[in-house]
Amino acid sequence: MSYSDKVLDHYENPRNVGSFGKEDEDVGTGMVGAPACGDVMKLQIKVGKDGLIEDAKFKTYGCGSAIASSSLVTEWVKGKTLDQAMEIKNTAIAEELALPPVKIHCSILAEDAIKAAVADYKQKHSQE
Amino acid sequence: MDFSQTYFELFGLPQAYVLDRARLDAAYRELQTTVHPDRFAAQPGAEQRVAMQWATQVNEAYQTLKHPVNRGVYLLRLQGIDALAADNTKMSPAFLVQQMEWRESIEDARADKSVTALDALSGDLRAAHRRIEAQLAELIDTAHDFAAASEAVRQLRFMDKLIAEVGDVYEELES
Repeated sequence: MSYSDKVLDHYENPRNVGSFGKEDEDVGTGMVGAPACGDVMKLQIKVGKDGLIEDAKFKTYGCGSAIASSSLVTEWVKGKTLDQAMEIKNTAIAEELALPPVKIHCSILAEDAIKAAVADYKQKHSQE
Repeated sequence: MDFSQTYFELFGLPQAYVLDRARLDAAYRELQTTVHPDRFAAQPGAEQRVAMQWATQVNEAYQTLKHPVNRGVYLLRLQGIDALAADNTKMSPAFLVQQMEWRESIEDARADKSVTALDALSGDLRAAHRRIEAQLAELIDTAHDFAAASEAVRQLRFMDKLIAEVGDVYEELES
Protein backbone atom coordinates (compact mmCIF):
# COMPACT_ATOMS: atom_id res chain seq x y z
CA MET A 1 0.00 0.00 0.00
CA SER A 2 1.64 3.26 -1.03
CA TYR A 3 0.33 6.48 0.43
CA SER A 4 0.30 9.84 -1.31
CA ASP A 5 2.60 12.59 0.01
CA LYS A 6 -0.38 14.47 1.42
CA VAL A 7 -1.60 11.42 3.33
CA LEU A 8 1.89 10.84 4.69
CA ASP A 9 2.19 14.48 5.72
CA HIS A 10 -1.10 14.40 7.67
CA TYR A 11 -0.27 10.97 9.05
CA GLU A 12 3.16 11.99 10.31
CA ASN A 13 2.10 15.47 11.43
CA PRO A 14 -1.59 15.18 12.22
CA ARG A 15 -3.24 18.56 12.81
CA ASN A 16 -5.60 19.15 15.69
CA VAL A 17 -5.34 15.84 17.53
CA GLY A 18 -7.12 15.89 20.88
CA SER A 19 -10.45 16.48 22.56
CA PHE A 20 -12.76 19.18 23.83
CA GLY A 21 -15.15 18.63 26.74
CA LYS A 22 -17.95 16.55 25.31
CA GLU A 23 -20.50 18.26 27.53
CA ASP A 24 -19.41 21.83 26.76
CA GLU A 25 -22.20 23.98 25.34
CA ASP A 26 -20.12 25.28 22.44
CA VAL A 27 -18.84 21.84 21.39
CA GLY A 28 -20.35 19.36 18.94
CA THR A 29 -19.07 15.77 18.93
CA GLY A 30 -19.35 13.29 16.09
CA MET A 31 -18.43 9.66 16.53
CA VAL A 32 -18.50 7.26 13.61
CA GLY A 33 -17.12 3.86 12.75
CA ALA A 34 -16.20 2.09 9.52
CA PRO A 35 -17.37 -1.50 9.69
CA ALA A 36 -15.34 -2.47 6.62
CA CYS A 37 -12.11 -1.97 8.54
CA GLY A 38 -13.12 -1.44 12.18
CA ASP A 39 -11.78 2.13 12.28
CA VAL A 40 -13.28 4.57 14.77
CA MET A 41 -13.22 8.34 14.47
CA LYS A 42 -14.18 11.10 16.90
CA LEU A 43 -14.39 14.60 15.51
CA GLN A 44 -15.28 17.66 17.57
CA ILE A 45 -16.06 21.24 16.61
CA LYS A 46 -16.02 24.31 18.83
CA VAL A 47 -18.46 26.96 17.66
CA GLY A 48 -17.92 30.64 18.38
CA LYS A 49 -20.64 33.15 19.34
CA ASP A 50 -20.66 34.36 15.74
CA GLY A 51 -21.77 30.91 14.62
CA LEU A 52 -18.45 30.10 12.95
CA ILE A 53 -16.45 26.98 13.77
CA GLU A 54 -13.45 28.41 15.60
CA ASP A 55 -11.63 25.17 16.36
CA ALA A 56 -11.79 21.45 15.67
CA LYS A 57 -10.15 18.37 17.14
CA PHE A 58 -10.09 14.71 16.26
CA LYS A 59 -9.06 11.34 17.55
CA THR A 60 -8.96 8.51 15.05
CA TYR A 61 -8.00 4.90 15.49
CA GLY A 62 -7.40 3.57 12.04
CA CYS A 63 -5.13 3.44 9.05
CA GLY A 64 -3.07 6.31 7.65
CA SER A 65 -5.83 7.34 5.24
CA ALA A 66 -8.42 7.55 8.02
CA ILE A 67 -6.09 9.67 10.15
CA ALA A 68 -5.21 11.92 7.20
CA SER A 69 -8.91 12.32 6.24
CA SER A 70 -9.88 13.43 9.74
CA SER A 71 -6.83 15.66 10.11
CA LEU A 72 -7.63 17.38 6.81
CA VAL A 73 -11.28 17.88 7.70
CA THR A 74 -10.43 19.55 11.03
CA GLU A 75 -8.36 22.07 9.03
CA TRP A 76 -11.08 22.62 6.46
CA VAL A 77 -13.94 23.28 8.90
CA LYS A 78 -12.20 26.06 10.80
CA GLY A 79 -13.78 29.44 9.99
CA LYS A 80 -16.75 27.81 8.30
CA THR A 81 -20.42 28.12 9.24
CA LEU A 82 -22.24 24.93 10.25
CA ASP A 83 -24.03 24.89 6.90
CA GLN A 84 -20.75 25.21 5.02
CA ALA A 85 -19.26 22.40 7.10
CA MET A 86 -22.22 20.19 6.16
CA GLU A 87 -21.34 20.71 2.50
CA ILE A 88 -17.93 19.06 2.77
CA LYS A 89 -18.02 16.03 0.49
CA ASN A 90 -16.02 12.88 0.82
CA THR A 91 -15.09 13.14 -2.84
CA ALA A 92 -13.28 16.43 -2.14
CA ILE A 93 -11.37 14.80 0.73
CA ALA A 94 -10.47 11.78 -1.39
CA GLU A 95 -9.34 14.02 -4.22
CA GLU A 96 -7.22 16.29 -2.00
CA LEU A 97 -5.47 13.28 -0.45
CA ALA A 98 -5.36 11.26 -3.69
CA LEU A 99 -6.92 8.29 -1.91
CA PRO A 100 -7.01 5.04 -3.87
CA PRO A 101 -10.44 3.41 -4.40
CA VAL A 102 -9.94 0.93 -1.54
CA LYS A 103 -9.51 3.84 0.87
CA ILE A 104 -12.52 5.89 -0.21
CA HIS A 105 -14.40 4.63 2.85
CA CYS A 106 -11.94 6.63 5.01
CA SER A 107 -13.11 9.86 3.38
CA ILE A 108 -16.75 8.79 3.82
CA LEU A 109 -15.99 8.28 7.49
CA ALA A 110 -14.58 11.82 7.79
CA GLU A 111 -17.56 13.38 5.98
CA ASP A 112 -19.97 11.52 8.24
CA ALA A 113 -17.99 12.49 11.34
CA ILE A 114 -18.26 16.20 10.60
CA LYS A 115 -21.98 15.82 9.82
CA ALA A 116 -22.47 13.97 13.12
CA ALA A 117 -20.56 16.70 15.00
CA VAL A 118 -22.73 19.44 13.49
CA ALA A 119 -25.87 17.42 14.25
CA ASP A 120 -24.74 16.98 17.86
CA TYR A 121 -24.11 20.71 18.22
CA LYS A 122 -27.52 21.57 16.73
CA GLN A 123 -29.19 19.00 18.96
CA LYS A 124 -27.62 20.62 22.06
CA HIS A 125 -28.94 24.01 21.00
CA SER A 126 -32.39 22.98 19.86
CA GLN A 127 -33.62 22.42 23.40
CA GLU A 128 -32.96 25.99 24.50
CA MET B 1 -23.33 -30.03 -8.25
CA ASP B 2 -25.15 -26.77 -8.55
CA PHE B 3 -23.48 -23.32 -8.37
CA SER B 4 -26.76 -21.63 -7.42
CA GLN B 5 -26.91 -23.48 -4.10
CA THR B 6 -26.34 -21.45 -0.97
CA TYR B 7 -23.28 -22.29 1.10
CA PHE B 8 -25.60 -23.87 3.65
CA GLU B 9 -27.23 -26.07 1.02
CA LEU B 10 -23.83 -27.01 -0.29
CA PHE B 11 -22.93 -28.53 3.09
CA GLY B 12 -26.44 -29.79 3.85
CA LEU B 13 -26.76 -27.47 6.85
CA PRO B 14 -29.77 -25.47 8.06
CA GLN B 15 -29.63 -21.79 7.07
CA ALA B 16 -29.01 -20.39 10.54
CA TYR B 17 -26.43 -18.45 12.51
CA VAL B 18 -26.05 -21.15 15.15
CA LEU B 19 -23.72 -23.63 13.54
CA ASP B 20 -22.91 -27.26 14.22
CA ARG B 21 -19.20 -26.90 13.66
CA ALA B 22 -18.51 -30.65 13.70
CA ARG B 23 -21.12 -31.18 10.97
CA LEU B 24 -19.67 -28.35 8.89
CA ASP B 25 -16.15 -29.76 9.20
CA ALA B 26 -17.30 -33.27 8.28
CA ALA B 27 -19.31 -32.07 5.28
CA TYR B 28 -16.38 -29.91 4.15
CA ARG B 29 -13.92 -32.82 4.29
CA GLU B 30 -16.29 -35.03 2.37
CA LEU B 31 -16.90 -32.46 -0.38
CA GLN B 32 -13.23 -31.62 -0.54
CA THR B 33 -12.33 -35.18 -1.43
CA THR B 34 -15.01 -35.40 -4.14
CA VAL B 35 -14.07 -32.12 -5.82
CA HIS B 36 -10.31 -32.25 -5.34
CA PRO B 37 -8.63 -31.30 -8.65
CA ASP B 38 -6.30 -34.34 -8.41
CA ARG B 39 -9.28 -36.61 -9.01
CA PHE B 40 -9.82 -34.90 -12.36
CA ALA B 41 -6.21 -35.02 -13.51
CA ALA B 42 -7.03 -37.64 -16.17
CA GLN B 43 -10.09 -35.74 -17.43
CA PRO B 44 -10.25 -33.24 -20.31
CA GLY B 45 -9.29 -29.61 -19.65
CA ALA B 46 -12.86 -28.30 -19.43
CA GLU B 47 -13.78 -30.75 -16.71
CA GLN B 48 -10.61 -29.95 -14.83
CA ARG B 49 -11.55 -26.29 -14.87
CA VAL B 50 -15.02 -27.02 -13.53
CA ALA B 51 -13.48 -29.16 -10.79
CA MET B 52 -11.15 -26.30 -9.94
CA GLN B 53 -14.08 -23.88 -9.71
CA TRP B 54 -15.85 -26.31 -7.43
CA ALA B 55 -12.87 -26.71 -5.15
CA THR B 56 -12.64 -22.92 -4.89
CA GLN B 57 -16.37 -22.59 -4.19
CA VAL B 58 -16.21 -25.24 -1.46
CA ASN B 59 -13.25 -23.55 0.20
CA GLU B 60 -14.86 -20.16 0.07
CA ALA B 61 -18.10 -21.55 1.47
CA TYR B 62 -16.23 -23.21 4.33
CA GLN B 63 -14.21 -20.10 5.21
CA THR B 64 -17.38 -18.01 5.12
CA LEU B 65 -19.51 -20.26 7.31
CA LYS B 66 -16.89 -21.04 9.91
CA HIS B 67 -16.08 -17.38 10.62
CA PRO B 68 -18.51 -15.65 13.04
CA VAL B 69 -18.50 -12.31 11.19
CA ASN B 70 -18.44 -13.73 7.66
CA ARG B 71 -21.28 -16.14 8.46
CA GLY B 72 -23.40 -13.23 9.76
CA VAL B 73 -22.58 -11.08 6.73
CA TYR B 74 -23.44 -13.98 4.42
CA LEU B 75 -26.78 -14.74 6.12
CA LEU B 76 -27.73 -11.07 5.85
CA ARG B 77 -26.65 -10.98 2.22
CA LEU B 78 -29.07 -13.85 1.60
CA GLN B 79 -31.71 -11.44 2.96
CA GLY B 80 -30.53 -8.76 0.54
CA ILE B 81 -28.68 -6.72 3.18
CA ASP B 82 -25.11 -5.46 2.86
CA ALA B 83 -24.19 -5.34 6.54
CA LEU B 84 -20.70 -3.96 5.99
CA ALA B 85 -21.63 -1.26 3.45
CA ALA B 86 -18.97 1.46 3.53
CA ASP B 87 -21.55 4.24 3.64
CA ASN B 88 -23.09 2.86 6.80
CA THR B 89 -21.00 4.58 9.46
CA LYS B 90 -23.67 5.04 12.11
CA MET B 91 -23.18 2.80 15.08
CA SER B 92 -24.75 3.05 18.49
CA PRO B 93 -22.98 6.00 20.22
CA ALA B 94 -22.46 3.98 23.40
CA PHE B 95 -20.75 1.26 21.38
CA LEU B 96 -18.40 3.75 19.71
CA VAL B 97 -17.53 5.41 23.03
CA GLN B 98 -16.67 1.97 24.38
CA GLN B 99 -14.57 1.26 21.28
CA MET B 100 -12.62 4.48 21.83
CA GLU B 101 -12.04 3.58 25.49
CA TRP B 102 -10.80 0.12 24.55
CA ARG B 103 -8.45 1.59 21.96
CA GLU B 104 -7.10 3.96 24.60
CA SER B 105 -6.60 1.05 27.00
CA ILE B 106 -4.64 -0.82 24.33
CA GLU B 107 -2.47 2.27 23.82
CA ASP B 108 -1.91 2.56 27.58
CA ALA B 109 -1.01 -1.12 27.96
CA ARG B 110 1.41 -0.78 25.06
CA ALA B 111 3.02 2.35 26.54
CA ASP B 112 3.30 0.68 29.97
CA LYS B 113 4.47 -2.61 28.42
CA SER B 114 1.94 -4.24 30.72
CA VAL B 115 1.08 -7.83 29.89
CA THR B 116 -1.24 -7.93 32.91
CA ALA B 117 -3.26 -5.04 31.53
CA LEU B 118 -3.38 -6.72 28.13
CA ASP B 119 -4.58 -9.98 29.69
CA ALA B 120 -7.42 -8.18 31.45
CA LEU B 121 -8.33 -6.30 28.29
CA SER B 122 -8.17 -9.42 26.19
CA GLY B 123 -10.57 -11.17 28.60
CA ASP B 124 -13.04 -8.25 28.39
CA LEU B 125 -12.89 -8.16 24.60
CA ARG B 126 -13.46 -11.89 24.24
CA ALA B 127 -16.39 -11.76 26.65
CA ALA B 128 -17.92 -8.90 24.65
CA HIS B 129 -17.32 -10.85 21.43
CA ARG B 130 -19.16 -13.89 22.83
CA ARG B 131 -22.00 -11.71 24.06
CA ILE B 132 -22.50 -10.07 20.65
CA GLU B 133 -22.28 -13.46 18.91
CA ALA B 134 -25.07 -14.77 21.15
CA GLN B 135 -27.17 -11.68 20.37
CA LEU B 136 -26.56 -12.15 16.68
CA ALA B 137 -27.72 -15.76 16.83
CA GLU B 138 -30.88 -14.69 18.62
CA LEU B 139 -31.55 -11.78 16.21
CA ILE B 140 -31.09 -13.85 13.06
CA ASP B 141 -32.41 -17.27 14.06
CA THR B 142 -35.22 -16.37 16.46
CA ALA B 143 -36.26 -12.72 16.15
CA HIS B 144 -35.53 -12.45 12.38
CA ASP B 145 -34.66 -8.82 13.10
CA PHE B 146 -32.20 -8.31 10.27
CA ALA B 147 -31.71 -4.58 10.79
CA ALA B 148 -30.56 -5.14 14.37
CA ALA B 149 -28.57 -8.19 13.27
CA SER B 150 -26.78 -6.00 10.76
CA GLU B 151 -25.62 -3.66 13.56
CA ALA B 152 -24.54 -6.68 15.62
CA VAL B 153 -22.44 -7.99 12.71
CA ARG B 154 -20.76 -4.61 12.41
CA GLN B 155 -20.07 -4.60 16.14
CA LEU B 156 -18.51 -8.03 15.86
CA ARG B 157 -16.29 -6.74 13.05
CA PHE B 158 -15.03 -3.98 15.37
CA MET B 159 -14.40 -6.54 18.12
CA ASP B 160 -12.33 -8.66 15.72
CA LYS B 161 -10.24 -5.64 14.89
CA LEU B 162 -9.64 -4.85 18.57
CA ILE B 163 -8.73 -8.44 19.38
CA ALA B 164 -6.29 -8.47 16.46
CA GLU B 165 -4.69 -5.26 17.74
CA VAL B 166 -4.29 -6.71 21.22
CA GLY B 167 -2.58 -9.66 19.51
CA ASP B 168 -0.19 -7.28 17.74
CA VAL B 169 0.73 -5.60 21.02
CA TYR B 170 1.35 -9.00 22.67
CA GLU B 171 3.74 -9.86 19.86
CA GLU B 172 5.45 -6.51 20.17
CA LEU B 173 5.91 -6.90 23.93
CA GLU B 174 7.20 -10.45 23.62
CA SER B 175 9.75 -9.66 20.95
